[in-house]
Amino acid sequence: MPILLYKRSSLPGFGITLGFSVLYLGLLVLIPLAMLVIKSMGMTWSAFWQTVTDPRVIDSYKLSFGTALVAAVINLVFGLLVAWVLVRYRFFGRRVVDALVDLPFALPTAVAGIVLTTLYSSHGWIGRWLEPLGIHVAYTPLGIILALTFISLPFVVRSVQPVLEDLAKEVEEAAASLGASRMQVFLRIILPELWPALLTGFALAFARAVGEFGSVIFISGNIPHKTEITPLLIFSKLEQFKYAEATAIAVVMLGASFVLLLAINVLQRWTTSRMSL
Amino acid sequence: MRETVTITKPHGRPRQPTEPRWIRWLLTGTALLFLGLFLVVPLVSVFWFALSKGWSTYLASFDDPYAWHAIQLTVIVVISSVVCNGVFGITAAWAITKFQFRGKSLLLSLIDLPFAVSPVIAGLIFVLIFGLQGLMGHWLEDHHIRIIFAVPGIVLATMFITFPFVARELIPVMQSQGTEEEEAARMLGAGGLRIFWRITLPNIKWGLLYGLILCSARAMGEFGAVSVVSGHISGQTNTLPLHIEVLYNGSTEHERIAAFACASLLTLLALVTLIIKSAVEWHTRRTVLLAESEAFEGPPASASPSNRGHA
Repeated sequence: MPILLYKRSSLPGFGITLGFSVLYLGLLVLIPLAMLVIKSMGMTWSAFWQTVTDPRVIDSYKLSFGTALVAAVINLVFGLLVAWVLVRYRFFGRRVVDALVDLPFALPTAVAGIVLTTLYSSHGWIGRWLEPLGIHVAYTPLGIILALTFISLPFVVRSVQPVLEDLAKEVEEAAASLGASRMQVFLRIILPELWPALLTGFALAFARAVGEFGSVIFISGNIPHKTEITPLLIFSKLEQFKYAEATAIAVVMLGASFVLLLAINVLQRWTTSRMSL
Repeated sequence: MRETVTITKPHGRPRQPTEPRWIRWLLTGTALLFLGLFLVVPLVSVFWFALSKGWSTYLASFDDPYAWHAIQLTVIVVISSVVCNGVFGITAAWAITKFQFRGKSLLLSLIDLPFAVSPVIAGLIFVLIFGLQGLMGHWLEDHHIRIIFAVPGIVLATMFITFPFVARELIPVMQSQGTEEEEAARMLGAGGLRIFWRITLPNIKWGLLYGLILCSARAMGEFGAVSVVSGHISGQTNTLPLHIEVLYNGSTEHERIAAFACASLLTLLALVTLIIKSAVEWHTRRTVLLAESEAFEGPPASASPSNRGHA
């Protein structure tokens, strides 16, 4: 196998560990994903195009990508703030707060979905106060943004935190002693160092939010053209046994996700090369 | 807003430049308010809603054969995904970190692939293979094997979703540990498995534990992928998150409380996950600090054997 040429090592187990890994990866991930593409190629081009550009599908793309983008931007701003406060300041309960940031990773999405819906519905603890102000959260795009912000909250914090911790303080001290204001130091010295990590966290949060299903279906109300996200549309096509249509929409979504993954990989390489400098 | 900086403290470390006190308070307050609203309020509410009609109603929620079946099924799903992905994580990390070969970075990217796939699509791909209209549908039907709308499909979909977790945790840990200890053991005549059990495993046990915990947390809570392949048959193919959905969409007040009671169970497990995660991180940090201080103070030879000694 020419692609697996490797440098001789004194350690044993190369063949069996690599062989098993590739076999497992192939059987569980690659072949099933390839099925998706093969299945969609069974459709004629015009049928495929008609399915993926149906107005209801287009509306779901706009909603899914739009709400995910807003949620990722919210997390970009607040994630930076949270990471900054956790790394730079000392306050009572800091370690508990630090541990709690990962809650959205550990909490099942369905639990997040039902609790957020109950809190923000018109009779809920929080929704009750927003209703008189004319703000409806549950069963509107705003609710979707809320759920997506929750589930993707840790990404930016966790990618910025290590970079902020490793940042050399000497440069900041030098700039300050040369008369730079704190704001100047932040904008001209700290922020440029953080950009790759910020963008990585942003892209990860966005990628996770676009595909999210469990928490959103409870709070969105699932009204076609208004609050129907793309994963839900795929789900309902499947329930109607329209496998070909579901597959076509899924291929478009998967393509978009792969472009994102590629961007994340490039960003991560950029981050590590910066950190090792 | 200029301020006095770099005044050395008595013990010689320069004071770090920082913001005026009111800005520090403002930033900390805003961050805590954001986290309070987004994390603490929902967390507390789960238990509040579950206990809103008292303990007896709460406990009565679990007096339901469907809930018990859902719990059992969730345990089965978690165990199978953790075992399979754990073995994969270890073998993949061994191959990737102990050897140099072409295609390594491609393999690394492919391991991340399931992160970029929407859970619904993860379910869909297994329906396309094993479903009645799928590639193997007729063959499976002829042999009376059910995968979709049955337990094997749920396990497969969950394994797909949790595929990268252990490998992603182990690869950086094993990368930073290098291969010297293993090579020394090899030179002294140890076999592959012996090297793994005696040298590698003690070194990576915390990272492995963390990866397994992340994997099980995600496996017990997976909703989208399982939803697609399960068929929602109460008492047969409903995992705990799906059971919560059924209860939540039910009409009675009692069912809502039962939904939150089951949710509180999963929330407790999530909190346990966070506690173990913090403990692991704390332990790793301490080990790193210890190793660093030993490297500074003691002779370098003492650093690695003492690390290995307590395993």
